[in-house]
Amino acid sequence: MNTVIDAHTISKTFNPDTIPVLAVNNVHLHLERGEFTSLVGPSGSGKTTLLNLLGGLDKPDKGSILINGIDITKLSANALIDFRLNNIGFVFQSFNLIPVLTARENVELIMQLQHKNKEEIDERVEALFHQIGLEDKMDSRPAQLSGGQQQRVAVARALASKPQFVLADEPTANLDSTSAGNLLDIMAKLNQEENITFIFSTHDVRVIERARRVITLVDGQIHSDTAEVDTKHLKENE
Amino acid sequence: MWRNRNRTAITMAAVFFAVILSVLTNSLQDGVFDNLIKNVVSFYSGYIQVHKQGYWDEQILDNTFESSDQLEAQILQQNNVTAVAPRLESFALASSDSLTKGCMVIGINPEKENSITDLGNKVIKGEYLTENDKGVLLAEGLAKRLKLNLSDTLVLIGQGYHGAMAVGKYHIKGILKFGSPDLNDQSLYLSLQSAQELYSAENMLTSYVIGLENADILDPTAASIRSTLGENYEAMTWEEMMPEVIQHIRTDKGSMVIIQGVLYMLIGFGIIGTLLMMMVERKYEMGMLVAIGMKKIKLMQLLMIESILTVFSGCILGILASIPIVFYLYRYPIRFKGEMADVYEEFGFEAIFPTSTDPKIFLTQGMIVLILALVLSLYPIVKIARLNPVTAMKK
Repeated sequence: MNTVIDAHTISKTFNPDTIPVLAVNNVHLHLERGEFTSLVGPSGSGKTTLLNLLGGLDKPDKGSILINGIDITKLSANALIDFRLNNIGFVFQSFNLIPVLTARENVELIMQLQHKNKEEIDERVEALFHQIGLEDKMDSRPAQLSGGQQQRVAVARALASKPQFVLADEPTANLDSTSAGNLLDIMAKLNQEENITFIFSTHDVRVIERARRVITLVDGQIHSDTAEVDTKHLKENE
Repeated sequence: MWRNRNRTAITMAAVFFAVILSVLTNSLQDGVFDNLIKNVVSFYSGYIQVHKQGYWDEQILDNTFESSDQLEAQILQQNNVTAVAPRLESFALASSDSLTKGCMVIGINPEKENSITDLGNKVIKGEYLTENDKGVLLAEGLAKRLKLNLSDTLVLIGQGYHGAMAVGKYHIKGILKFGSPDLNDQSLYLSLQSAQELYSAENMLTSYVIGLENADILDPTAASIRSTLGENYEAMTWEEMMPEVIQHIRTDKGSMVIIQGVLYMLIGFGIIGTLLMMMVERKYEMGMLVAIGMKKIKLMQLLMIESILTVFSGCILGILASIPIVFYLYRYPIRFKGEMADVYEEFGFEAIFPTSTDPKIFLTQGMIVLILALVLSLYPIVKIARLNPVTAMKK
């Protein structure tokens, strides 16, 4: 097993000078490669904030977050952007594809930012579209795709850079049950077959049911953690 | 930039209309001043005058020079010179039965003078002069003061060339009307030959008045005449002879600077409004791009290139579109109506708002709007520098 995320006593307070809101309070978290983890909890419990901290989108007020041994809280803003590009994949609640680019261009963009060559980009993009089952929609604009299809493209984009892990903030929130089911199937398959680490924040029971580890947050603190990482499939793969 | 055509078109349109507005305002402003100059110059002075060296500082008959066909031909041969009219000007006392008034006596070659100052058209009663006419043309104001009318007789008394006595009796052949009150109250025209006889200044002139094809190359034309005629003569531009007109234009242009400032401010608000709208629309997208790993500097470069191309295209299109508008308004100028028109016409000016077609206006205004828009384009750049992906992605 490889440790992907090791967060120590991280805290984050919003509006410290006016009406302080302690969004994440002294959280310890340890995630291994290949986990399929859900962060759950009521609204305002700190799920998205914790996800933002783990993804290097926000900095904690205290504590450290080690990703593959690198403390991302110590990185400069520019270094952090580079780190995110090469190590973390993001899937957002509202798809967030660039509307003026085609599905293919949306996925290619990440690899272009990584300065990958054209052959490598083409090969990877085609493989990813095959995995998400949208080979025939590669040249469609986001507006020409359904919500479920857009979210699948967003997953392909998150995976394009071959990240250490993928953070998905309520990925099924805007999807109907069929689309949500399809998306979860794809992500579960990628997790099982390619050992990709997924961390979700969610309210969705379907996601929680599929997760092998469920961390419940209440008032910014970890209330419960199944913590029994099912790595059986990994061993089987090995 | 063409991926989102509407957004690009809106930004480009803001710059496009800003350039048209700016060019049109400046073109009208310069056109009005050009027209003012044309009117003032064509009333009396001409664009350039040639005198004996020192005449302008001491305007007396002893500072005249001898008329010469060769000299006149030399001036006419200069580039840009279209007409030359000889004059002999001095002062005299004009007397009717019981009234006497000082007046400006101007001896002219009627045909040549008409080609430059269009004097024939200012005759409101009687007839214009012929070459060796013995009659005089009296300005309307002067005629009223002396209580004289057509065919009446007046006597001129003054000092002639080298202190000689100047006395003459003339019948009034025509009455002139000038817009300028000064000219209307003082002017008296007679043929050049009559004036030379009156002042005992046979064959002598005080000036050659010069008409030009292109008033924009005034100084080079004056310089060319100066170098051809040598040091015995002075060639003065209307600007040197009437500095008060230039001063008036400068003062007016000074106040126009405030109006232009307000105009550029309005243009700036128009452009910044479009940029603000664009930033609000793209904030989420930009936050997402930074979140997934696009460096802010790259995003800034992208926006800067997009801004430069959009603003530059808007400027070029604005300049191209303003050309036919300006030329149309040059050919068919806006006409005043009502009291404003009466005031202009009273002064002998055509009651019009012509435009100036000077290419400098298109280039300068295009550049000003371009620079203004580019400076304002820094706003999105600053916003990106301060962009926080988490807050940018909050809907």
